[in-house]
Amino acid sequence: MALTHDTVLEQLRSRFPEAILHSELSFDFLNVEIQPAQNLEVLRFLRDELGFIYLTDLCAVHMPEQSGREIGVVYHLHNLEENYRFRVKAWLPEAEPVIATATTVWAGANWMERETYDFFGVRFEGHPDLRRILNVDHMEVFPLLKQFPLEDTTREDKDDRFFGR
Amino acid sequence: MQEQQSIFGEDFLKTEEKQYNTLNLGPTHPATHGVFQNVLQMDGEIIMSAEPTIGYIHRAFEKLAERRPFYQVTPITDRLNYCSAPINNIGWHMTVEKLLQVQTPKKVDYMRVIIMELARIADHLVCNAVLGVDTGALTGFTYMFQERERIYDMYEEVAGARLTTNIGRIGGFERDFTPGFHKKLKDFLATFPARFEEFDSMLTRNRIFMDRVINVGPISAERAISYSFAGPNLRAAGVDYDVRVMNPYSSYQDFDFIVPVGTSGDTYDRFMVRQEEIRQSLKIINAAYNNMPEGNHFADCPEFYLPKKEDVYTSMEALIWHFKIVMGEVDLPAGEVYHSVEGANGELGYYLISDGGRTPYRLHFRRPCFIYYQAYPEMIKGQMLSDAVITMSSMNVIAGELDA
Repeated sequence: MALTHDTVLEQLRSRFPEAILHSELSFDFLNVEIQPAQNLEVLRFLRDELGFIYLTDLCAVHMPEQSGREIGVVYHLHNLEENYRFRVKAWLPEAEPVIATATTVWAGANWMERETYDFFGVRFEGHPDLRRILNVDHMEVFPLLKQFPLEDTTREDKDDRFFGR
Repeated sequence: MQEQQSIFGEDFLKTEEKQYNTLNLGPTHPATHGVFQNVLQMDGEIIMSAEPTIGYIHRAFEKLAERRPFYQVTPITDRLNYCSAPINNIGWHMTVEKLLQVQTPKKVDYMRVIIMELARIADHLVCNAVLGVDTGALTGFTYMFQERERIYDMYEEVAGARLTTNIGRIGGFERDFTPGFHKKLKDFLATFPARFEEFDSMLTRNRIFMDRVINVGPISAERAISYSFAGPNLRAAGVDYDVRVMNPYSSYQDFDFIVPVGTSGDTYDRFMVRQEEIRQSLKIINAAYNNMPEGNHFADCPEFYLPKKEDVYTSMEALIWHFKIVMGEVDLPAGEVYHSVEGANGELGYYLISDGGRTPYRLHFRRPCFIYYQAYPEMIKGQMLSDAVITMSSMNVIAGELDA
């Protein structure tokens, strides 16, 4: 069975009628939004039954204007046999960004989740070693969140207007 | 039957806790080619466990990118895998082009293929030559570094820089290949293969080298896939995943080449896969160079491609575009795009979210080194200390790409 956007979505919808919240196509790439509480079941199903054995990437994105679902955890999955890739997203509240770990599904998720924790503060429940990985251990903030500006906001010599920003 | 008892009392047998030596390998150890720290638990000469610490040269690229116009992100990508910077640059250009839905002319594709394959050769040459150094064969390294130098000379002809190249632009190249480049490339294609085979003959069937690398640091195909390995390291384990073939970009479908695979995923297989990839890259470069299509060296997208300098001085239109592009006043369409290229270390991915502004809203680099280096403790467990050094060297872990 060749995998297409429709077949993947259909399989997911029939198996998890409640966990699949939303789907869209962007640049010929399927985006599927899932219920964060059921991420592990969905990911396991995708690996074991639809053959998505390769976790291409795991990262997060912060959208502060979406209240209650500010932080999105993004999985890029790849079925190597069929050569089909798509994206799974789970949106979490910024106040309590907790999601189950995917390390039991793909060993490679380990450091990718540590990186996501390091930069966004997403807590992956059941992760064997959830520590900071690239930043220093005593850092107190999660730097890729949008509330932390890149440049020092107290400086007056760098006026954004002069830089077209 | 009476239970056997130790002469030291039963407590002695129960305590399986052995005392291990702790060895700090790195962060500035001369054998690790970069800033890597590993705290090893050693039982004599055998590694029982390893605890890598990374992030020593973390430069917050993903945060930096959120405040830079798109063309200013290119120099950031240089500093990921600095052994093959052009692949990173061009991968980023193609990601933005995908978002803009710009169609590049065939000529740009072919020029890019030539540059990217040269970069792959340079990267693989350094990796394999350094593997020779780590196993005690310094000679090959000195010769192959000269060849890499010639590739860097070619970058210089195209972009003016050697290591952090910032090569090309969104939409193509700033100028066509110069006569100097043509001369250097022809010269390289004529003389490099023979010198490379000489290097190959020094190591490939060398008994000392083979004894040193076979069955060192192996990984099975299942584990490699589970760890999201990519590139030569995955192919050495026997999985024929190559982005150039699976999801062709930049007209790679026009070229006929072999994807070499290994069987056991050990250091020797990784070495051999890289050696063969260099030959295949040469084949691709020859094919691309001999069939170079006619056309422009840039795509038709004046909003993003800097106009010619002469035009900037003489035409109002060009001056406006020049100003807008340089000041980063051009907004990109909103959208979400993932694009990946086959970097020298494997699938190098760019996950770009644009909210329609002048800078990326979020940019994530899928850095193959970062992802496969986490398997390192598993690969060196039970091996000798000196094997750990050559395993790392054959995995081609580049600190810049690891730490972003």
